Amino acid sequence: MVCPPVPAAAGARRHAQEHELRAVGLSLGYDGATIVDTLDLTIEPGRVTVIVGANASGKSTLLRGIARLLRPEAGEVVLDGTSISSLSSKKVATVVGLLPQQPIAPDGITVSDLVGRGRYPHQGWFRQWSSTDDAIVADALAATDTLALAERRVEELSGGQRQRVWIAMALAQDPDILLLDEPTSFLDVTHQIEVLDLLLELNRERGTTVVMVLHDLNLAARYADRLVVMGGGKIIAAGVPADTLTTAVVSDAFGLEALIVADPVCGSPMVVPIGRFHGAPAPGTLG
Amino acid sequence: MSAIITASRLIQRRREGRVVAILAAVLLAIVVLSLAVGAYSLSIPDLVRTLLGGGAGNENFIVLKLRLPRVSLAVLAGVAFAVSGALFQTVLRNPLASPDIIGVTGGASAAAVFSMLILGLGGVATSVSAFLGALIVAAAIYVLAWRGGVAGYRFVLIGVGIAFMVQGFVSYLLSRADLRNAQEALVWLVGSVSGARWQDITVVAVFLAVLLPAVAVLSGRMRGLQMGDDAASALGIRVERARLALLVLAVALAAVATAAVGPLAFIAFVSAPIARRVVGTGGLALLPAALVGAIITTGADFVAQHLLPGDLQLPAGIVTGAIGAPYLLWLLATANRNGKGA
Repeated sequence: MVCPPVPAAAGARRHAQEHELRAVGLSLGYDGATIVDTLDLTIEPGRVTVIVGANASGKSTLLRGIARLLRPEAGEVVLDGTSISSLSSKKVATVVGLLPQQPIAPDGITVSDLVGRGRYPHQGWFRQWSSTDDAIVADALAATDTLALAERRVEELSGGQRQRVWIAMALAQDPDILLLDEPTSFLDVTHQIEVLDLLLELNRERGTTVVMVLHDLNLAARYADRLVVMGGGKIIAAGVPADTLTTAVVSDAFGLEALIVADPVCGSPMVVPIGRFHGAPAPGTLG
Repeated sequence: MSAIITASRLIQRRREGRVVAILAAVLLAIVVLSLAVGAYSLSIPDLVRTLLGGGAGNENFIVLKLRLPRVSLAVLAGVAFAVSGALFQTVLRNPLASPDIIGVTGGASAAAVFSMLILGLGGVATSVSAFLGALIVAAAIYVLAWRGGVAGYRFVLIGVGIAFMVQGFVSYLLSRADLRNAQEALVWLVGSVSGARWQDITVVAVFLAVLLPAVAVLSGRMRGLQMGDDAASALGIRVERARLALLVLAVALAAVATAAVGPLAFIAFVSAPIARRVVGTGGLALLPAALVGAIITTGADFVAQHLLPGDLQLPAGIVTGAIGAPYLLWLLATANRNGKGA
């Protein structure tokens, strides 16, 4: 058992196109404070990249910058050889999709209506809603196993169902690259696994490039083809999880003393924090 | 498989269609009542005959000269206020963000009262002043709320503050004015569709004919903005630009309506939430909101004219205020429990 599973050969459902997406000397910030500092990163097409880091390490900001939600203070994000700042925002949206951390479902909206709104970048003056849009929305619902919920109201759904519906909306946008900002926060552990399994399945079966920010290091190590560890607005380490998640890196990025052991399920690195009270017993402390 | 989606969209469209049909029927009924009922009442056939140009002299005067302008202006102003409120509430994602709460119509009032009491102007000049007052106040709120972008709650808080300021200014002007002028200003401040002139109606109609299609063009962006700035950006919407364009439309709608009928309270505030509740699909419900606005305005004017005890004839603004204030209380009482906005 290896994790994540080895990408299968191109199958019938594998239809996402491969794009080159790179951050070059990218600096991002708000109100003059620099959060991401001259950072270079190439997103591997067709794979799952997971970005981890402590709070305020710049990981969400980096994701927003890659998705063209923030204007770079310096450097650029390059999509297929062109800086995304010079591309139209609708054009970028047909290639790169982003699921923000807390999107808002309008009161009373149904699942099919919400997912349908993902079609926005494909519509325009002369291109109104068509049966193709219906088919793509249905496909997005089927892929996220929410077709049976199509007529339900989003507010009636469980947290896990709701998150799958939001992922369906991002899929309806038909992006080849899907960015997700902490897609598992606010979910219990069962639904976390459910959502991550779904994203891995989308990646392996459709070829959609997945880039996500995760909080849980162990889940990150298990689901990532490539792990990016951030700290202080820079990349501390990047590569396959087994080589990347070391005690030194965890200490550097999180200021946390931890043991790294092999995940008993599939051998990916697993971080076991030590803490003040459970390490080598010191005199006068709890043993 | 996609048949499920097609069917689901059809159900929603039908539902909204039914609501629109019912609201339109209610509006038509109120309009007919307003035209037919009064000190001199007409039967429906007589009314239709008069409208088609076959009325007697006194019928022509009462229906075409007195009642028709009044009810037309009520319908148009109601539509303008309601769509303005719907735009503000959707774009700023806050049910309190409505031109009458955040001081936009207040700015119009202050400018109108200033022109009446200090500059001694009246008629068209008052309307023009009101229009400019709304624009100036809205621009001030936008500039003050700007921090590399406009967040809904900051816009609303600053707007509420500005509303108090312009209210204070109006009170100051009224306290200095002599009684007769102050009386005239007070009547304008309550808001009324009585004394409607065809020139006012034409101005509002022309504005609506320009602004409403522009709203329709931007409706796709509004649907994106409903889901939050990040989600909207991710769909390829240029958020700040779309928001500014929609706010300009909303301010223009509120300004032209206030200039024509005065700051009729709460129509902008309640119409869209009522319409959304009735439609219940999470869509924008702009057409239902416009109809609700027209129903409330015409209905309030009818109640103010005919249904209050003791032959009181009040301006419509008092009745709309009586509807809106309890809704505001209800909203504030339940908003925290839900923890969400429009």
